[in-house]
Amino acid sequence: MTNLIILPILIPLFTGAILILLYKQITAQRVVAMISSIATIITSWLVVQKVREDGIQSLNVSSWDAPFGITLVSDMMAALLVLTTSVIGFVCLIYSFKSIGKEREKHYYYAVFNFLLVGVNGAFTTGDIFNLFVFFEVMLMSSYVMLVLGGTKVQLRESIKYLLVNVISSALFVIAVAYLYSVVGTLNMAHISARISEISTNGMPGILSVIAVMFLIVFGLKGAIFPLYFWMPGSYAAPPIPVLALFGALLTKVGVYSITRTYTLFFYHDMDTFGLLSILALLSIIVGVIGAIAFWDMKNIVIYNIIIAVGVILYGVSVLNTASITGAINYLIHDMIIKAALFLLIGIVIYITGTSDLRKVSGLITRYPGLGWTFFIAALALAGIPPLSGFVGKLLIVQGGFEGESFVGAFIVLMSSLLVLFSIMKIFINGFWGKSRTYNGEEQAPVRFLLIAPILLVIISALYGIGSESILPYINQAADTLLDPNIYIDAVLKE
Amino acid sequence: MRKTNNIILETAIKVLLFMIVLYSVYIFTAGHYYPGGGFIGGLMTAGAIVLLLIAYDIKTVAKILPINYRILTSIGLLFAIGTSAGAIVFNVPFLTHAFGDIQLPILGELSLHTATLFDLGVYFVVVGVTMTIIQTIGEDE
Repeated sequence: MTNLIILPILIPLFTGAILILLYKQITAQRVVAMISSIATIITSWLVVQKVREDGIQSLNVSSWDAPFGITLVSDMMAALLVLTTSVIGFVCLIYSFKSIGKEREKHYYYAVFNFLLVGVNGAFTTGDIFNLFVFFEVMLMSSYVMLVLGGTKVQLRESIKYLLVNVISSALFVIAVAYLYSVVGTLNMAHISARISEISTNGMPGILSVIAVMFLIVFGLKGAIFPLYFWMPGSYAAPPIPVLALFGALLTKVGVYSITRTYTLFFYHDMDTFGLLSILALLSIIVGVIGAIAFWDMKNIVIYNIIIAVGVILYGVSVLNTASITGAINYLIHDMIIKAALFLLIGIVIYITGTSDLRKVSGLITRYPGLGWTFFIAALALAGIPPLSGFVGKLLIVQGGFEGESFVGAFIVLMSSLLVLFSIMKIFINGFWGKSRTYNGEEQAPVRFLLIAPILLVIISALYGIGSESILPYINQAADTLLDPNIYIDAVLKE
Repeated sequence: MRKTNNIILETAIKVLLFMIVLYSVYIFTAGHYYPGGGFIGGLMTAGAIVLLLIAYDIKTVAKILPINYRILTSIGLLFAIGTSAGAIVFNVPFLTHAFGDIQLPILGELSLHTATLFDLGVYFVVVGVTMTIIQTIGEDE
């Protein structure tokens, strides 16, 4: 079927439109959203299998040939990320049923939820730089609504900040695309890459390095790398938990994906920009570690862990050899899963105790052993303890760092693991050990139901770690495309 | 509350409204060959309704045009998705449109294109969104 790769975008879009009509019937909304979410997972799984068997899939939308129309391209990296996104969407949806509240559900929560997935899946799948911008906006506008929906004071204040930052970065994105278009005269990503190769035979022209840095600034603002992460801790602490889990797992990763895509596809002729990327990634790790250790607020600890993970992944990309790229993709997928799981778990703790301040929580393990041990496994996976999912990715990144003779970077990545473990164990030790307490309103907390979602994610994460051997061929295929842009160009332009 | 003393405005709008709506429909249908299309046509229709809102109050306009604009937005989206997803049924790439010349009894030869239906979706969405924004702000106390 020719249109297979568009289905993970189309199904949530269609569902979103239907859900606007059903805004009064909450049960119907839940059922429709659930069915569509499962359908999205199935289709994105089919896309992964299709790409595995037949190589990169490209779809020339509206039957116009490659450089002239909009092309959707699903290489292995995009397909895997779309699959991960669909799974996380499904899990956050289940979690939303009992935790988001009727008021929000009546005000188009599930519709906007689906539009967010449209934006994320579209941004991963598109093969056109301006189309990428459009999907970014679809994603961001849904995220504005999800951030402000409910209208508490904190949400209103943080939405203004978030909106301002993203409006500015979107304007910069348009300017960067305009610069690039005036230099290369095309918007199709494969065609841009081919044109840049033509003019870069004796090294990349200076203007393209400038554009590369502009793209780094734009996507760095979306993906929260070192000097551009300032908006994130406040904005992400504001929305309710399932929204926060979606944001933490998906939004910054789209920025990371875009940096990876543009840098490996367009700007690989100039290693200086990769040097800049490497420095910023390492600084993000350091800043993230400092934040993660400093805070006593559970949300903030995990939010700073996002910045660390973004740094680790981008460091892997910036080294640009087989091991580091494979590691970066592996770690990217692991991190999406485990961050969603951690946010959902912390959400349950906040639901039980009514606070996110670690100093007011203790002894949860005696009354909630399931929650405690799930959190423990998730924490070990985050730090990268061998049988679990974080290990292989980080190992490959460090190996790539040593192979690329970037010893300082590899050392920082290794040290960061230790401090990540410290920061997350701080939550476990202070929150779950110690003297058991009772909290107001904990009887109403539907812990058992809410726990389904994070347990699913932790199981996936464990399987992802244990089954690395069978997953690695997929990841290798994704890395091959990133390392050799000609595979991508040939698949799209069909020369 | 509705003011009763702006007779000139109300009379003028009764005449102007039809001209504006006609012009917006003209711009919408001419979009394929001349400047125009769903976006500007929808905006102009919404403009006509806004003129009604200026002359009368929100409740009167809701009585004249009993439309839920949020549902109109959704219907527009479904139109746009439907016409572009129709390509899936024929197993051609998404958004591939069909067109042809059709001989009609009174209107004569017409060239019809499914992109017009897509445009109609855009038209509905623009009208729906604009009116939702204006109504929500207007009703806010």
